[in-house]
Amino acid sequence: MKLIFERSIPGHGQTLLPHCDVPEITLDAPGRETPLHLAELSENDLSRHFTELSKQVHGVNCGFYPLGSCTMKYSPKLDEDMAALPGFTDIHPLQPAHTAQGCLHVLHEAAQQLCVITGMDEMTMQPAAGAHGEFTGLLLIKSYHRSRGDDKRTKIIVPDSAHGTNPASASMAGFTIVNVPSRADGCVDLEKLKAAVGDDTAGLMLTNPNTVGLFDKNILEITKIIHDAGGLNYYDGANLNAVMGIVRPGDMGFDVVHVNLHKTFATPHGGGGPGSGPVGCKAFLADFLPGQVVRCADGVYTLSTPEKSIGCVRGFHGNFLVAVKALTYLMMLGREGVPEAARNAVLNANYLMHRIKGSYPPAVDGICMHEFVASMDKAKHEFGVSATDVAKAMLDYGIHPPTMYFPLIVHEALMFEPTETESKATLDETADILLEIMERAKSDPDSLHAAPLTAPIGRPDEVTAARQPVTRYVFEQ
Amino acid sequence: MKILSNLKYTKTHEWAKFENDGTVLAGLTDFAQEHLGDLVFVNLPEVGDSVTAGEPFCDVESVKAVSDVYAPVSGEIIEVNEALADNPALINEDPYDAWLVKIGSVEDNGELLDAAAYDTFAKEEAED
Repeated sequence: MKLIFERSIPGHGQTLLPHCDVPEITLDAPGRETPLHLAELSENDLSRHFTELSKQVHGVNCGFYPLGSCTMKYSPKLDEDMAALPGFTDIHPLQPAHTAQGCLHVLHEAAQQLCVITGMDEMTMQPAAGAHGEFTGLLLIKSYHRSRGDDKRTKIIVPDSAHGTNPASASMAGFTIVNVPSRADGCVDLEKLKAAVGDDTAGLMLTNPNTVGLFDKNILEITKIIHDAGGLNYYDGANLNAVMGIVRPGDMGFDVVHVNLHKTFATPHGGGGPGSGPVGCKAFLADFLPGQVVRCADGVYTLSTPEKSIGCVRGFHGNFLVAVKALTYLMMLGREGVPEAARNAVLNANYLMHRIKGSYPPAVDGICMHEFVASMDKAKHEFGVSATDVAKAMLDYGIHPPTMYFPLIVHEALMFEPTETESKATLDETADILLEIMERAKSDPDSLHAAPLTAPIGRPDEVTAARQPVTRYVFEQ
Repeated sequence: MKILSNLKYTKTHEWAKFENDGTVLAGLTDFAQEHLGDLVFVNLPEVGDSVTAGEPFCDVESVKAVSDVYAPVSGEIIEVNEALADNPALINEDPYDAWLVKIGSVEDNGELLDAAAYDTFAKEEAED
């Protein structure tokens, strides 16, 4: 389809302004020498452009979206209504705190509820997304060791089944990464962990449930090994949806966590979200938190900067309206609804896994948590049909593919996360489609190699797109 | 897993073929291509680059990840397999035919394993 600049027709515009009834003057000041490149379209053409764009993508509003580890749950429309209230939108972050008590109340309440869910004592709402939260949390860990004069703790331990952002964030924060091999079920190998820790261990980053979709039952022992070595434990909240309201990272021995409001707490995800990755910590780390923290005394909300703050990781209070949406979601679910959502997420994943496991063998036997990983290794060897082929074929049925080729420890991985907001009917329909795709893999593998046939584009050149991205439009001179 | 008896191997899953003219052909083993998954891009070095045994000299991108390839010997790149630029899948099809580079002026042979030792090493790694 055409880009907005290619649709532009000089002279076309959206609003007819009345004639200027005051004399025009030219300012005697340096100005632009070339005109701005602005697309000129009528409102009708502009509306069609964006509607056309929306047809090129697949979102949760279009159909099922079981993208593993991303928790693509439905975002309730009430969240949007709340975030659009003028009291939340017509404010300025620099206006005096006593004139923005409602907004501070929301930030305070959201932080409190997230602390209750994660078992933390304090929370910053500044980080803009998950990896940003990881970076922030690691800076807290770094500042903690430094404040004790313990400068030799330079290593962060990351299991090889971890999300790629974990080692990337640790590297960004100036740590050296120690990779610990996982067992086949993605769980931490205790002996290898014991061998990896020492007086240079700054901390451990872990997702639990892990990336294979299993709850690591040794978690208390794992976090103890790190604590005994003098390190701290960081909880990556990517998979919190499986356990929210049921078990708390703080009780598992974690000292710092990040949560993804755009995953677990149902705020919009993808396409720029925007996301939000609040970071919570135990009380002994609270003095290092970034930005300003909202405090409440006698019903009055105030802002204060923590004593040894690492500084700001983002402007003001992060993506404030996302916090409004997440709090709305939490208040809708309530104390009973939060764990019920987690239980349904686990139930849905197990139901889908059970329906398709004959054709899509799970990487690990047994009951999974909120997601499961199937391996297409057998299909690849027997029918020449890869995880990519199955994923591309799903597009022709109007389903977004699951996460592919992750975690790295599973060959030809397809990682399904249905979330709790899908009905049994949707799961059944998906299971039938997946079983049909595997029948086609046996009888007509070439038809899968050719998929997708109905999507706006077929198989894009992902390598060139990643290595030579074209990210800006070049105007004709 | 296919292992050829006339080649030498590294613990990072590259093979080295010592030619009669003193040059060395280097590529990825069957174990490596199997674990990487379908290869989609090979970032070859330039002719004339010097390589050091045990150091990365090129990277390959599979559907899973981008991985470094380590030099089995030290020397100078005298030829690269341009066919891989257009068709990286050749490595998946026949990893021992799809050589990556030819290395000349070979100085140091690094720590190379023979076929039997590599077979044992790779099997242990697969179980690990």
